[in-house]
Amino acid sequence: MQFRHKIAGGDFAKAGNVASSVKKVLQQLNIDHVISKRTVIALYEGEVNVVAHAYSGIIEIEIDEEKIKIIITDKGPGIADIDQAMVEGFSTATPQVREMGFGAGMGLSNMKKNSDFMKISSIVEEGTVVELINYLKPDARQESK
Amino acid sequence: MQDKNQNKDFHHALKVDNDLCFGCTHCMTACPTQAIRVKNGKATIIANRCVDCGQCYIACPVSAIDVEQDDLEMIFKFPVRVILIPSVLIGQFPRKILTSDIYDALKEIGFTHIFEVETSIDMVLDSYKQFMDEHKERPMISTFCPAIVRLIQVKYPSLVGNLLRVNPPINMSAVYFMEKLKASGIRENEIGLFYATPCAAKIAAIKSPVGEIKSPVTGVINMNFLYNRILKYLQNKRTDTGVHHTDDLTSKGILWSLTRGEVVHVSGRTLAIDGMKNVNEFLENIENEKFDTFDFLELRACDESCAGGILISGNRFLTVERLQKRALRYKDQETTQELKTKNDFQNIKINQFLDNIEPRPMGRLDENTAIALKKMERKHRLMCFLPGLDCGGCGAPDCETLSEDIVQGNALISQCVFMQQQMISQNLLSPDQARQINEDIWGGDRLGKDCNKIELEDENN
Ligand SMILES: Nc1ncnc2c1ncn2[C@@H]1O[C@H](COP(=O)(O)OP(=O)(O)O)[C@@H](O)[C@H]1O
Ligand code: SF4
Ligand SMILES: [Mg+2]
Repeated sequence: MQFRHKIAGGDFAKAGNVASSVKKVLQQLNIDHVISKRTVIALYEGEVNVVAHAYSGIIEIEIDEEKIKIIITDKGPGIADIDQAMVEGFSTATPQVREMGFGAGMGLSNMKKNSDFMKISSIVEEGTVVELINYLKPDARQESK
Repeated sequence: MQDKNQNKDFHHALKVDNDLCFGCTHCMTACPTQAIRVKNGKATIIANRCVDCGQCYIACPVSAIDVEQDDLEMIFKFPVRVILIPSVLIGQFPRKILTSDIYDALKEIGFTHIFEVETSIDMVLDSYKQFMDEHKERPMISTFCPAIVRLIQVKYPSLVGNLLRVNPPINMSAVYFMEKLKASGIRENEIGLFYATPCAAKIAAIKSPVGEIKSPVTGVINMNFLYNRILKYLQNKRTDTGVHHTDDLTSKGILWSLTRGEVVHVSGRTLAIDGMKNVNEFLENIENEKFDTFDFLELRACDESCAGGILISGNRFLTVERLQKRALRYKDQETTQELKTKNDFQNIKINQFLDNIEPRPMGRLDENTAIALKKMERKHRLMCFLPGLDCGGCGAPDCETLSEDIVQGNALISQCVFMQQQMISQNLLSPDQARQINEDIWGGDRLGKDCNKIELEDENN
């Protein structure tokens, strides 16, 4: 099952819409709510990053019996130093963006925390690709009941 | 575990009156959980999805949605007949009507004792504090409004663990007054405890409680019924009937069921939201971590909370105004006399907390994720074919819901009026078959009316 969503940079009012729609899909698929919640949090942060830092982006979501795979591809400034960007609290967000309640510098680390696999590749002044995977492990599902 | 619950029949207080319903789709479109379909020209409610919020009742143009209630006659089975009244009952009446007159009217109707539901508010608040100290989930979501509890169970199951599982004031007060009456020498089976309800959700909560074994309330009397009876009594008012009543309130109690009635007493970062649409919009959009920074959410299904309950006859804004004025008069009363003088609440064993509340997610395509995935793919293919107009012509509230009904085997794609045209032009469906499908949804006589005759009838009236 595949879904594809376009997102526009700078459109903060719509940031989170993709995460909301995926939340509904995961619920309909009877995905364990802990896995679902982790996925939605990670996706939300990725979505916000495109809105806050890039010009436009595409989010592809692929769900099969084993895993949820999310690929967020954007056109934007890219990330020069990925390790530094991953540090909790590091942010290049403008004061205006911060005013709106975004830009605490916790997004990427939250994405890492809430995914089983995360890979970032980026080319400066071209864009960024973030790949996230969460597995639908039966043992994880058991624990949460 | 979740499925055991899903299959269990949930009690609903809202019913469609088939004699009045003409299948107009107003309720179907208004329902926040897509629980209504039109079949055979009548609205039908899907029990697993209904949360008893009453949006359908408000939307219906011909009053075809009934709120069930217990027969008033049943109170006379008990020698001691207690009516538990929430503050909004009094708030509906114009200020020139004295509270004592309302009590007299209730006595005339047949009650022997009148107690205020909000008497137990201090105990409820202590329980809030205790529960929030012992449970670290944030935000905690109030369980005061039963429509919200059910909404979360069916539509936001991942938030079930955030529910603040404190027994609502009506239950605590009912147990308290029961014990008090028993202590005065009356036998339990002689006491009937009746609740004057402002809404269908409270009825459903009493008849099939969530997170509690059995409600201590014997029966419910709808507030719109009482309102009319009280007004009638006041028109031909008799002398003082000397009824037992408490009128023992605090401003907290008077304001509790109004919007912000809870949040003002809970410390930390809180938010109060009223109205089903507003609550839904908020819950739809909170699935990210910022939500954790709230400590407490007061969510109410009705606009202006219980002042806007579907069984409230008075204007909701005036009700709020009157109760605010009333609260001012009680502002120096710190705690109720009951609590202060007797300390009875401490001596009586009252369940402060509710048991676990189970999620009962609606719209799950299948238990098994592999099968659910297949159905999801089919659903999305169907949605691509459907026009996306959400016109309701198929008897479902929108194209997405029809797609779900189809993959679950509960509907046909030919129910869509646009698909029907296509299928007829491609010889996949005969015009007769199409007519039959429409009749199954909208009823046989819908288009067969003799409009000339109807016009004549109108003129004769
Ligand atoms: N999609 C992106 N394109 C460009 N830069 C990004 C992108 N995502 C993250 N960054 C950079 O990494 C930093 C840290 O990101 P994050 O942890 O989400 O914090 P925040 O978004 O609050 O600044 C951002 O400030 C930004 O400089
Ligand atoms: S807000 Fe009050 S009246 Fe309305 S459904 Fe909830 S409890 Fe009932
Ligand atoms: Mg970010």
